[in-house]
Amino acid sequence: MVTPSADASTAAAPPTTPRRPGGRPVLRLLILVAIVAVVLYPLTWMIGTSVKSQEEIVNNVGLLPERFTPGNYTAGWSNFDVSFGRFFLNSAMVSLLTVVGNGLSCLLAAYAFARLRFRLRGMWFAVMIGTLLLPQHVLIVPQYILFRTLGLVGGEWPYLPLLIPQFLATEAFFVFLMVQFMRGVPRELDEAARIDGAGPYGIFRHIILPLSRPALVTTAIFSFIWTWNDFFRQLVFLSQLEDYTVPVALTLFIDSTSQSAVGPMFAMSVLSLLPVFLFFVAFQRMLVEGINTSGIKG
Amino acid sequence: MALTTAPDPTRPDPGSVRAHADRRGSGRVRHSEGLAGYVFLSPWLIGLMGVTAIPMLLSLYLSFTNYDILTPFSEVEWVGLANYERMFTADPSYWHAVRVTLTFALIAVPLKLAAALGVALLLNRAWRGVGLFRGLFYLPSLLGGSVALAIVWVNMFNRDGAFNSLLSIFGITGKPWVNDPDWALETLMVLAIWQFGAPMVIFLAGLKQVPTELYEAASVDGAGRFRQFRNVTLPMLSPVIFFNLVLETINGFQGFTAAFVLSNGLGGPVDSTLMYTLNLYITGFTDLEMGYASAMAWVFLLAIAVLTAIFFSTGRFWVHYSDGEDR
Repeated sequence: MVTPSADASTAAAPPTTPRRPGGRPVLRLLILVAIVAVVLYPLTWMIGTSVKSQEEIVNNVGLLPERFTPGNYTAGWSNFDVSFGRFFLNSAMVSLLTVVGNGLSCLLAAYAFARLRFRLRGMWFAVMIGTLLLPQHVLIVPQYILFRTLGLVGGEWPYLPLLIPQFLATEAFFVFLMVQFMRGVPRELDEAARIDGAGPYGIFRHIILPLSRPALVTTAIFSFIWTWNDFFRQLVFLSQLEDYTVPVALTLFIDSTSQSAVGPMFAMSVLSLLPVFLFFVAFQRMLVEGINTSGIKG
Repeated sequence: MALTTAPDPTRPDPGSVRAHADRRGSGRVRHSEGLAGYVFLSPWLIGLMGVTAIPMLLSLYLSFTNYDILTPFSEVEWVGLANYERMFTADPSYWHAVRVTLTFALIAVPLKLAAALGVALLLNRAWRGVGLFRGLFYLPSLLGGSVALAIVWVNMFNRDGAFNSLLSIFGITGKPWVNDPDWALETLMVLAIWQFGAPMVIFLAGLKQVPTELYEAASVDGAGRFRQFRNVTLPMLSPVIFFNLVLETINGFQGFTAAFVLSNGLGGPVDSTLMYTLNLYITGFTDLEMGYASAMAWVFLLAIAVLTAIFFSTGRFWVHYSDGEDR
């Protein structure tokens, strides 16, 4: 990962570095550290504030509390009639089912686009690319009306309007990502399987599916994070308190703007970011490179 | 990437493939690829129709009606172009929302891209710490779109927030920026710029593609650091700049979450954070004027389409593709 950039630097550096060897890199490092400080400041302040007492929140705006007050977490957890545990469960369920839906449905569509020949394939592919830039805000009103007409909004299981689209490969970004990936899988493998008597289904099951694991993992991670953070759709489609996901529940704190809720609000905000942060720690490299390859190929 | 090595170990056992094919009953399915293509594509096709195409048509129809969710479909009135007329001639808050959104995108997007490019250039002269820095800078892009971070942001720029305590070090008395109509949108811009990591990562990848010989040639010709940047880096990077510009502008137009959190869903103070999508949400889901909201959605869609077209048509004047097909 570092090697190609190291090449670039040694070649690009000569005109500048010989004059003041060592001087510039130090300056550069200082600038970078300063930027890191700016970037991390809001996050550290958030964590610090989440363990401050009420009076310290007003009087001590420093990063760290003078007195460690973990009580905000228990207070925030049960701040509303429904506990945050429920909201976290709801969010986890929606996010995990979205991961499954996106993985399955996008993989099927991508296989068709990348490997199979059928009539109008070029046209459908162009349509799929066209939906890449389609803002979800354009569709939200009619989708709401349709799902409501079908009795799915606030229905028996209110998450269907959030999940049905995810099981129908509507996230074109992932279809595109997988198509790009599958194009890199050697076609000789298909040929070999075909000679052994495998048809399109066998090739999918025994060649494309196992070899697409990296693309599936990238899709899974990004679906999870995006859904976990998503607010707009969840705000529109969830109306009962006990159905709320974490982001929608967090906005309840804003409604009750009484100062006393700031600590608990920050505590729950920290908790809500924790899964994304853990994903980041675990898959940092993959996330950065995933956005990379998908971006560049676009 | 890992493909050159991956196939061998996972190579399917030919026997199992054959067995599988037999089980499928090859006679019936005929393995006709055309049919299989549509079988695999069917979830996507159903989604395209049910979740995208039909809603779009429905929305187009509704934009010519006075539909609100409360009256049954049978009593919906066709109002012709009235919604569009109202939007363009009789709704000051609509134009206000357009202005807010344009201001936001015109300022935040260039600054965000400049930050992304600047940091990418700093990081590109790689040494061992590059991976760590890259990861840390990317983190805000993962967290920044969430409600939680918007909450933190609003509090940070409030009267007792961290930003004012920072100012007080320099003897400046701050104010509750998020409650000031002149400054509320700016705090949202800073939040957007803070998330410079995602375009930065793409810039970094682009920078690695620039052939080092070009820099060598330029320095042999006596080009200093700035001229090298101006005449080598920028043109070679122009496809990536273009990509980021299109993507970030379209994203910038759709900013919703932070504006919603800052204003508690109302677009305040004094409509200063009334982003287009927030205005659309209020119209459709608070005022329940879904016909009117549909008209707004269609104008939004057309605006984005036109903007993308403008980007692509002007792009050929400044985007250089190294395969020699530029201009």
